[in-house]
Amino acid sequence: MACFWQALAGGGMIGAGVLKGMALTFREFLGTYPAFRWVLERVGVTTNSGIVTSEYPEKKLEHPERFRYFPFLVYDGTPENLRCVSCKICEQECPPQCIHILGPAKDAQGRPLKVNGRTIPEKFDIDMSICMSCRICVDVCPFDAIEMDNQYEFAVTDRFGPLVFDKNQLLRSNEYFQKIKPIEAATVDQRLAAKAKKAAPAASAAAPAAGQPSQPATTSQ
Amino acid sequence: MAEQLLNTQLLEVNIGPQHPSTHGVFRMQATLDGETVVRLKPVMGYLHRNHEQIGEGMSYIASFPFTDRLDYFCAMTNNLGLALAIEQLAGIEVPERAQYIRVILAELTRLVNHTAVTGFLLNDMGAFGTPLLYAFREREKILDLFEEVSGSRMMCNYVRPGGVREDLPQGWLSRVRGLVAGYPQFLDEFEQLLTANEIIRQRTQHVGVLSRELAVSASVTGPMLRATGVDYDIRKVDGYSIYPRFTFKTPLGTIGDVYDRYYVRILEMRESLKMLTQALKEVQETGLFISPKGAAMGKAPRTFRPPKGEAYGRIEAPKGELGFYLVSDGTPQPYRYHIRAPSFINLTVLEDMCLGHKVADVIIILGSVDIVMGEVDR
Amino acid sequence: MIDQLFVSGYTAVMRIVEKFVPGWLATVISILLRIGAIAAIAPAIMMYLTWLERKIIARMQNRLGPNRVGPYGLAQPLADGLKMLIKEDIVPRGADHLLHFLGPVLAVVPAILVFAVIPFGRNMVAVDLDVGVLYVLAVTSISSYAIFIGGWASRSKFSVLGAIRSVAQIISYEVPSVLSVVVLLMVVGRLSTVAIVEAQAQQWFVFTPWGFIGAAIFFLSGIAEVNRTPFDMPEAESELVGGFHTEYSGMKFALWYMGEFLGAFAISAFTTTFFLGGWQGPSLPLWPMCLLMIPVVATAARMPKLLRAIGVVALAAAAPGLVGETVPSWMWFLSKTYALVFVLVWLRGTFPRLRVDQLMGLAWKFLLPMALINIVAAGVWVMWPGVVGTVVSAAMLAISVVVLVRLNAPAPLQPRRYVLVD
Repeated sequence: MACFWQALAGGGMIGAGVLKGMALTFREFLGTYPAFRWVLERVGVTTNSGIVTSEYPEKKLEHPERFRYFPFLVYDGTPENLRCVSCKICEQECPPQCIHILGPAKDAQGRPLKVNGRTIPEKFDIDMSICMSCRICVDVCPFDAIEMDNQYEFAVTDRFGPLVFDKNQLLRSNEYFQKIKPIEAATVDQRLAAKAKKAAPAASAAAPAAGQPSQPATTSQ
Repeated sequence: MAEQLLNTQLLEVNIGPQHPSTHGVFRMQATLDGETVVRLKPVMGYLHRNHEQIGEGMSYIASFPFTDRLDYFCAMTNNLGLALAIEQLAGIEVPERAQYIRVILAELTRLVNHTAVTGFLLNDMGAFGTPLLYAFREREKILDLFEEVSGSRMMCNYVRPGGVREDLPQGWLSRVRGLVAGYPQFLDEFEQLLTANEIIRQRTQHVGVLSRELAVSASVTGPMLRATGVDYDIRKVDGYSIYPRFTFKTPLGTIGDVYDRYYVRILEMRESLKMLTQALKEVQETGLFISPKGAAMGKAPRTFRPPKGEAYGRIEAPKGELGFYLVSDGTPQPYRYHIRAPSFINLTVLEDMCLGHKVADVIIILGSVDIVMGEVDR
Repeated sequence: MIDQLFVSGYTAVMRIVEKFVPGWLATVISILLRIGAIAAIAPAIMMYLTWLERKIIARMQNRLGPNRVGPYGLAQPLADGLKMLIKEDIVPRGADHLLHFLGPVLAVVPAILVFAVIPFGRNMVAVDLDVGVLYVLAVTSISSYAIFIGGWASRSKFSVLGAIRSVAQIISYEVPSVLSVVVLLMVVGRLSTVAIVEAQAQQWFVFTPWGFIGAAIFFLSGIAEVNRTPFDMPEAESELVGGFHTEYSGMKFALWYMGEFLGAFAISAFTTTFFLGGWQGPSLPLWPMCLLMIPVVATAARMPKLLRAIGVVALAAAAPGLVGETVPSWMWFLSKTYALVFVLVWLRGTFPRLRVDQLMGLAWKFLLPMALINIVAAGVWVMWPGVVGTVVSAAMLAISVVVLVRLNAPAPLQPRRYVLVD
């Protein structure tokens, strides 16, 4: 009897190969119903994952931490204390050229305005319809001032106006950054703390030159 | 051509550019005699985005996101090719752990690509999406791994000259091990659906035969070349990165028809799984992921001035030989940046493969060449 | 009682009507009632067949089908119908307007006409024609005209190519289809569909050797006649965009689509009628089915709890009332037909399509000789009823299947592969 089936399967149109394929799709079909899965598992047939659709917007998928979509500017504490100093390196390096920076902000005499010891950009626009989420702006920023956000629900009805994000729309706090990307935020905070420590002994070493008794290097963070 | 007894007219038909099965915007001007193809002229260029000239105006690093978009199924290997070219140009060393990570990502990309292209071939044959969706279900698992490591599923922008951009997240390697352990079962199921299926055999055997001589003279590479029986795999020939440490075989076909090309890809997937198992055993959990020179270059691209000269970095991409030709004149921007795209070169033999076949076969032959228009047109 | 539910409803209405109107008008009204029933169920069947197909194929592909438009996506066909109706009707310049209009109409009308002789249940056939089978075979062959007219009238190269392929396919598959039905004539002796079903009271024809092969041949030829995968080359989307229906949009396209699905249902219905025993079935009690539905309704995750509770209570209350009833004949018919429809959809979800010349090779070189040998085997079976006839005819058929498969095997079976270490 076996040789009959073998002979049948040995060649020609409707043979065993076709039936094996049909068996596979039928098994997948049954596997999508929980009741049948239970029965199949008792019999020892394993099926694949059942339904793989995740019904958006009722169920949204969890993204891993590093998921990146659109950049944002980081500030420490208050929005005026943003880390960006308007060096324009990200604008230069951005491959699709979607960042437009006007700055640094100047005071009435035309000298650069300093807030908390740093210059600030006057305008910082990123065009979301051009940005390709490549992360190069983040990689090249020397001040860790720009990071990638993981929001993606930005649909609007007008292609030009609402899709260009200006400085105020881009600012987010460091606490927000720590909430969405804890591991990466921890690395960035460590790096900034190390830089600040290196700057602090240099500053307190410069203070004695002004004629004051030397202060021990404190500034423990 | 034999003398025709009946004075019939030849029918000239445009297949594409808007067509559900031409893998992108691709046009073929076919001249048909009844149902048989008498002439076929491929017309490309509908997706030309000026990648090479854009690269001449930006720093070397800024080209990396654009390489993701060349062969948009295989972003990691495209990045790897450019990284190799830049490393050759500037003499950057890559630490060992980074080499292992790159090999793991490249072989995962090979799995992604071959699964997807087999699914698409069956979709072209009319299987109404079932094998395609099974392939995509497995591909999603690998894309989730890519998302964990680089932040983006397809446009990864992760491999850099000198190593990779960031360290691996916690537990990623064990997840890859889990995936690799479960993948052979999926391949077996896929084969159960496809390889012995008589309909597929009838549709693909002895269709689109490519002879060895023509393949070699037209500089066809990749699984298409190996299906004709020529033993040429750049991972073995060049031995770039740390591939010489891995033991893997090169599957070769005999006839070079569509069925051979499809089956060679399935066998290559199995070899990739073996390589992945070996690499996952040997990779170190912690260590350097990028060389210091590479890290400096990534942080400040405008200060990277490679010495004057040229370099050609080539890899065995899933589609064939992907080569990046860079000419540097000492400035941070390349003087000339050219990409040898495998899909483009493989397409040049399309007419020779299609002559004498029917229109239905043309679509299948195109599917088996495995083109992505992003690469063909750059 | 449930078995004759629709019939008793119809007779009750007719009794009332006959009291008030003269005899000839009563006849006309009875005809209109039957036509109305068919005209009402045919589009409904087609619409929910599209829904069923999308859901089943989706489940085979590990995904849900449409489930947004109405619960379980049940309003999806309505949305599709509305979309088709409001689309612009584009006729290519230079196309023959009359023929362009006539094509879809000619496709749908025969498909609906054929429903007139389907016996949906005991005494439930619209018209009991004495030449029912002949009528069916004749009417379904009009579809080849429709396809050719549709393709030709569009005046587009793609359409003409698709139309040519399709006509060739349909006329090739007509022959095995008709020959496989000839055996029924030999065994039953009458062409009426009702008589064929009644002749299967002892044993469904599919359990006889010639019936099994005959059913397979009829079913496969039927699939090819209605252009369904794996035989849907004429409308291959991935090749010539749409084949003969490329240039149709809106309601005309919907009519082509309707013709195809009605044909698919008709093929399943006729295979059931001719070979699977039609509405015949063992007398099983009805109340266990009712009780079996209770857990299904109770665990339906997408229905609100209130509806589920109502459903469970209704089913539980109805079950005792159904003691003594057997499964009605129309339920048998519909389950068998929809099982075959499931097989059709299953085939569509699994296989790529055959190329035209391979299709025709299958018809002429495999199915036609099989159908002829089947006729001889059926004759043997009729001549020697009982075990002897069954064994001899089964042996004949088995040997011929093997021989034909061998003869038709494509020349090289498997090229050798080798792997090589460098």
